Amino acid sequence: MSTQLRERVRGVVGESAPRIDGVPKVKGTFAYGSDLWHERMLWGATLRSPHPHARIRRIEVGDAVAAPGVHAVLTADDVPGKKLYGLEFADTPVLAWDRVLYAGQPVAIVAAETPELARRAVARIVVEYEVLPAVTDMERALDPAAPKLHEWGNVLRHVRIEHGDPDAEAEVWVEGYYETAMQDQAPLGPEAGLAIPAEDGGVDLIVSTQWLHVDRQQIAPCLGLPEEKVRLTLAGVGGAFGSREDLHMQIHACLLALYTNRPVKMSYDRRESFLAHVHRHPSRIWMRTGASREGKLVNVRARLLIDGGAFASSSPAVIGNATTFAAGPYEVPNALIEGTAVYTNNPPCGAMRGFGAPQVCFAHEAQMDRLARELGIDPIELRLMNAVHTGSVLPTGQVVRGSAPVREVIELARSASLPPEPEPPPMRHPMTLPGGAGNVGRGEGLRRGVGFAVGYKNIAYSEGFDDFHQARVTLAAGPGGPVVEVHSAGVECGQGFSTVLAQVARTELGVDRVTLHAADTQLDSAGSTSASRQTLMGGGAVQLACAAVRQELFDRARSRVGVTGALSLADGWVLAEGVRAVEIADLLETPITATRTFHHRRTTPLDERGQGDVHVMFAFAAQRAVVEVDVELGLVRVVQVVSAIDAGRAINPQAVEGQSEGGTAQGLGLAVMEELQLRDGVIANASFTDYLIPTILDMPPVRTEIVEVPEPDVPFGAKGVGEHATIVSTAAIVAAIRDATGRELNRAPVRPDDVVGLRLPASSASWPPAPDVPGQEPLPAYHGVARGQSALTQSS
Amino acid sequence: MLIRLRVNGEWREADVWPGSSLLFALREELGLPGSKNACEQGECGSCTVWLDGELVCSCLVLAAQAHERTVRTVESLSEGDRLHPVQEAFLEAGAVQCGFCTPGLVVAVTDLLERDPSPDELAVREALAGNLCRCTGYAKIVDAVGLAAERRREGAW
Repeated sequence: MSTQLRERVRGVVGESAPRIDGVPKVKGTFAYGSDLWHERMLWGATLRSPHPHARIRRIEVGDAVAAPGVHAVLTADDVPGKKLYGLEFADTPVLAWDRVLYAGQPVAIVAAETPELARRAVARIVVEYEVLPAVTDMERALDPAAPKLHEWGNVLRHVRIEHGDPDAEAEVWVEGYYETAMQDQAPLGPEAGLAIPAEDGGVDLIVSTQWLHVDRQQIAPCLGLPEEKVRLTLAGVGGAFGSREDLHMQIHACLLALYTNRPVKMSYDRRESFLAHVHRHPSRIWMRTGASREGKLVNVRARLLIDGGAFASSSPAVIGNATTFAAGPYEVPNALIEGTAVYTNNPPCGAMRGFGAPQVCFAHEAQMDRLARELGIDPIELRLMNAVHTGSVLPTGQVVRGSAPVREVIELARSASLPPEPEPPPMRHPMTLPGGAGNVGRGEGLRRGVGFAVGYKNIAYSEGFDDFHQARVTLAAGPGGPVVEVHSAGVECGQGFSTVLAQVARTELGVDRVTLHAADTQLDSAGSTSASRQTLMGGGAVQLACAAVRQELFDRARSRVGVTGALSLADGWVLAEGVRAVEIADLLETPITATRTFHHRRTTPLDERGQGDVHVMFAFAAQRAVVEVDVELGLVRVVQVVSAIDAGRAINPQAVEGQSEGGTAQGLGLAVMEELQLRDGVIANASFTDYLIPTILDMPPVRTEIVEVPEPDVPFGAKGVGEHATIVSTAAIVAAIRDATGRELNRAPVRPDDVVGLRLPASSASWPPAPDVPGQEPLPAYHGVARGQSALTQSS
Repeated sequence: MLIRLRVNGEWREADVWPGSSLLFALREELGLPGSKNACEQGECGSCTVWLDGELVCSCLVLAAQAHERTVRTVESLSEGDRLHPVQEAFLEAGAVQCGFCTPGLVVAVTDLLERDPSPDELAVREALAGNLCRCTGYAKIVDAVGLAAERRREGAW
């Protein structure tokens, strides 16, 4: 037994451990999907519909097939298995036949020797379309006279939450109408992957995605293969933010690889990336908020409409979230909240960071500011007066069981010191003025404003979904001491999830060297890297597996070395009654492996009144934004954001700050610049030249305050932190611009025209009628459309 | 067409399609995928390299334009396990998340600090305005530049 004194294990839970994938990322050697390479590989390319709605009369591929270097040109006729797939419902064609329902929908695919030859071959495919009338407005989609996208109509899901007495009268009412635009996730890494045909007739796919197993579940039936013949391995993911939840090139590359018997790589350019992934739903929200004269909320009535685009994607879950969170993190005894996701001929929308919560936060926080003004109460006091807490009842009837430090996040965001008043314009560097980098203003019409927002959302999947996570932990002897290998199919998108797993393993086993097995489908599902869930779920699975490994280690210590008493692990040692008894390395003549699956507590679907224990747990956030507005030029500069994050427990404080800062940037984008502009259903700004995301000059200092009130009964008391900041920052920043300008500004993003008053506030004639639906379920469910991810069950 | 260029100190030849960008040639012909392809229209800076010592977006330079010239990429900055101080600073500051923008930013920051070892924050932000990052919100990138600048002043490189 070695008597060498070992250093304390570093990089455990609670420390800002360095990223486990950091070194290859700074060196440029980390292999993203677009970096994959095989010496025999062909390049795939996709022909997409230019029309939002059209009948396909004829597809002529002869010229493309005959083009130099072309190995395959495939259409829907060449799909050997099922021709439809989908994340929640299989309503999306692998390749269009008959009709196209949005501009950008894939129609044919090509494999050729080089990307350029593939692109040229695509240009040689002739498709004869009969253009049909398109539904490109979400209210128009509800009109019974509108063209129908699917046989079950244009309503995808209608959720109705009835709580208390929805007709309850209040002393004071405020009413507002709000709109948010279609936002793009714009991850820097394009959709990409490499499909390699295998000798057993199957295919190996290396791909950038968010959930390997649900990808496979959708891919295999379309290829006509059993799942075990479709093996997925994760490629490096260059950001995701929801955009990789739905399939992109996966089935196409596999089809081409199986057809040509050659590896096929597909890697989208930025324009195709904008066309090929789902976006954040544009929303229209009508809301009436009633309160007593003293400021206690009495009743919230809301009507939400979100544009799901042509196919279901995850819209049913997004409208479920938006509707359940529409009243905000406040105690509301009475409510009637109805939300509808509709199909239109616009590009499909689905998951993006916040998943329905940023849109409703924009509305409920503007309502709170209106109400405060109406009542003559300080808007932050009004929020404190109504904030939910542990034990509160939500509009769904769900009781908040876990930690709910809403007052804490509000107080922290409020009490941070304000940035100093800037020097008058002649003294200031012009770069610090609104529009500064463009050198357009001299700072004559500057006004400062302060805005505030509070919001919340769920952690993990809801409404009865069991999104379990399996992990395998192996403890083995290595040349420099014991090594832990962690294996999970969980996807690292950049947020630091795999580093969290390593921290959990170090903490549980007292071993500092941790390696990660590539994420793949050899193990069971890890669920999606979304819904801020992987710290909870992956951390939970690794903790369970480590506990089993530790038990075996203790058994070995007792039986082989004869230690007795209460055992524990620390810093490479087994301790007996707190005293070093035997080195872990000395017990590892054979490795110890354990595979365990973590489930979160079960939830229930919404009942017919929209009541149920629908969410696993909640995370809260508050932000205060300070802006400076040039009211003559309509330009906005965000000066400071204070971001208070309810983390439960910060597993890695530096990574929590990273989520707070990065999430704020995306919320700032939707507040003042980001909008996919549609012209009759066609995206007009599918490039980084025309779709602007915040640069380093747009971002203010973000001060993050981490609130740690542990969530009971979850590993380390930790909540996920991926979405908090994005939920609230759009609302906080637009509130600050309202404060600076005195304008209504009920639409995000705020444009210069809105600031100077050239464009009127968004308006709507009346609340749209509720559609006639059989119940709370998505409409495809009533029409027998095959389920997607919700059918995924644990296999072992 | 055949081009000859000096990449990271070594003369290399590549047979490229005349329409190929330098980025494509580096990534697909010369085995240097560290420079990334995020927008391919000069907006995001992920493909930033030095061409004859000047920063360029390699997606906007034809491979043919690099004929008989010197290119330096992110791959030149580290030697085996030894990272460049700018790379170390990015890791320490937490400036890396998905990492797709990181190679371009590391090159741009190295270039900045080689020209100006003590840039103020405004100069840092101006110098990096052409490098998009979608994950970090840039705060920790600014921190990383400060850290790297401090080490440069201490003579780390």
